Amino acid sequence: MAKYLLRRFIQLVVVSFIISVLAFLLVHLLPGDPTAVILGPNDTPQNKAILLHQLGLNKPLWNQYTIWLTAVFHGNLGQSYLNRESVTHILATGFPIDLELIIISQVIAFAVAIPLALVTSRRPNRPVDNVATTGTFGMLALPPFVIAPILVAVFAVGLHWFPATGYVPFSQNPASNIHGMILPSLAITAGSIAVYYRLLRSDLISTLQEDFITMARSKGLSSRFIMWRHAFRPSTFSLLAGAGVNIGALIAGTFIVEYLFAINGLGYSLVAAVNQRDYLVVQGISLVVAIAYVVIQFFIDFLFTVVDPRVTRG
Amino acid sequence: MRLRRSKGGRGKLEFADAGVNGEPLLVVEDLHTSFRTGRGTVHAVDGVSLTVGRGQTLGIVGESGSGKTVLARSIMGLLPAQDVIKSGTVHFAGHELTAMTPEELRQVWGAELSMIFQDPMTALNPVKRIGRQITETLRLHLNMDRSEADATAVELLRSVGIPSPEVRVRWYPFQLSGGMRQRVMIAIALACAPRLVMADEPTTGLDVTVQAQILDLLRELQRERHMAVILVTHDLGVVATRADDIVVMYAGRIVEQAPAHTLFNDTHMPYTRALMDSIPRLADPSGMRLHAIAGRPPDLIHPPKGCRFSPRCPYVRDKCRESEPPLRTAGSRDHLFACWFPLVNGVPTAPSGRVEARPAPVSPAPRPVPDSFADAVPPDRAPPGDAAVNPEAGVQSP
Repeated sequence: MAKYLLRRFIQLVVVSFIISVLAFLLVHLLPGDPTAVILGPNDTPQNKAILLHQLGLNKPLWNQYTIWLTAVFHGNLGQSYLNRESVTHILATGFPIDLELIIISQVIAFAVAIPLALVTSRRPNRPVDNVATTGTFGMLALPPFVIAPILVAVFAVGLHWFPATGYVPFSQNPASNIHGMILPSLAITAGSIAVYYRLLRSDLISTLQEDFITMARSKGLSSRFIMWRHAFRPSTFSLLAGAGVNIGALIAGTFIVEYLFAINGLGYSLVAAVNQRDYLVVQGISLVVAIAYVVIQFFIDFLFTVVDPRVTRG
Repeated sequence: MRLRRSKGGRGKLEFADAGVNGEPLLVVEDLHTSFRTGRGTVHAVDGVSLTVGRGQTLGIVGESGSGKTVLARSIMGLLPAQDVIKSGTVHFAGHELTAMTPEELRQVWGAELSMIFQDPMTALNPVKRIGRQITETLRLHLNMDRSEADATAVELLRSVGIPSPEVRVRWYPFQLSGGMRQRVMIAIALACAPRLVMADEPTTGLDVTVQAQILDLLRELQRERHMAVILVTHDLGVVATRADDIVVMYAGRIVEQAPAHTLFNDTHMPYTRALMDSIPRLADPSGMRLHAIAGRPPDLIHPPKGCRFSPRCPYVRDKCRESEPPLRTAGSRDHLFACWFPLVNGVPTAPSGRVEARPAPVSPAPRPVPDSFADAVPPDRAPPGDAAVNPEAGVQSP
């Protein structure tokens, strides 16, 4: 177990290092000379040499990288060219929003998909299963930008249950924060429900064919007990792998929903920064998103060991 | 009285104590099980009746596809409800299993009637510790608390010969060898001291040297606990010395049924004979071809007309192809067979035109399996064609 996790952790460190190099090079690979932009009309060779020295841009690339990395570890990711806002600050306000959207939408997705799959997989291709499978197929076909306006029209404009737009920080008012996040989360969750339901359903159906399920029945255990205690755990591999990829894609990947609900999450900031060529912001967000993705995969690898002891001992 | 389940008293089943009324423990009458498939209806079990006495061992023998596993599961009521057609009755310890609700059956399964599966690798849950797989039955049926169940699980593992059981309870199935896993399976099946254990090919997946150990262990525990065992196998050699009675199945039907020594001494059905011939013998010269039964078991969607074994029978005659022989008795009342021209002393009771089709046994040596009966097997198994025996000799028509 410890050996397996240590191996995965070393992988995590190596991948994070590669990510940091790529994020660092991102700015250097872009065309254009920063000194020309900064100096403007004062762009003389003499001024340029002084500025290069001040900015440290005359040092070897690896040296620039270590200086940058040290700053990153101290929480300094530079600042926006546009409004001088520090990148760390942009991340600090945006990341919790993404995190909250992901947590709420994924909790709903699992809470719907898991019981649904446990019910329908017992009698595949029967009416209940057909309805659920067709329904999730529909959910998969509806992108968030279709679902979001429908949700707004029905629950915000029509029923006035939820606000249509806006974001209240959690620290300011937890209740209205969550209240405002429900509709955006629902817009994201539909696709996740469909994916999770289908992955778990097909794994469960094959698990239920196993001898150990017949064995469990022959012990007199109830169907409910068998589904939860015998069939569920060995059927969660595809679900976990799928959830890892899906959640990873949602970090800074919810731009459309953030835009529609006027929430400035990471996705929103990232797209805005790309459009305005605000490279340090792009660099900072990319770095954090990529590392978060790797950390999620590490966590999923850990969950595999919880689900199946053979992963680490077999 | 063994009263052992509480669950709030709802639909609680009571079981009469062993041997009060002298009735057999298990009575199966005219059991039919068919499966609806895309190709048609498969008649996997077709009118089977049998009984098992308390503490007795019944061997059910047949090739793959003869319906023996389906029979075992039908008796338990363990088959899925979908696309299965069943009829007939099963009485077990004074209760009619075939009339029980799923709730009631669950009270019987694992507690009074349990099952040992063929492949212990696939029949044990790979992600649950073996201790937990034992204790869940104890807690369900015997209402033990966790620590009591844990202690009992250790004792059960010890009783099936697993070394250092207090460590092994925390192991997962993949950490154990095949033989050990089958011992765990036996421990699970016996956990609640059932009256009847269905062992479905319990040793087929195991090494030959381990097979005997497992079977001996099962027999020892059976005697200790006075439980009945149904031993399902394709290998007559396995049941020869271990079963009180043997049922030979072919194509979903019983073709011969007798106490073990009668079956081996006085085989009436050519199929049973063929099964015996297919057991390799130590006395055979090395390199000798094994006696396989020519052909394959019939299609159970469209079983052959007449005797179902007729397409493969070396002694087949016209009558066999036309009408199906009933299960009838000969000299002794407990020896049943379904054959128009039964073998007597290893020789068919009527000459057959197809005798040459059958490879003559190279060694006429007595069957090696049941030592005690060996001398009763006729040493000279004359070529069947020479036998000028009256077709009906020694056979009472039903």
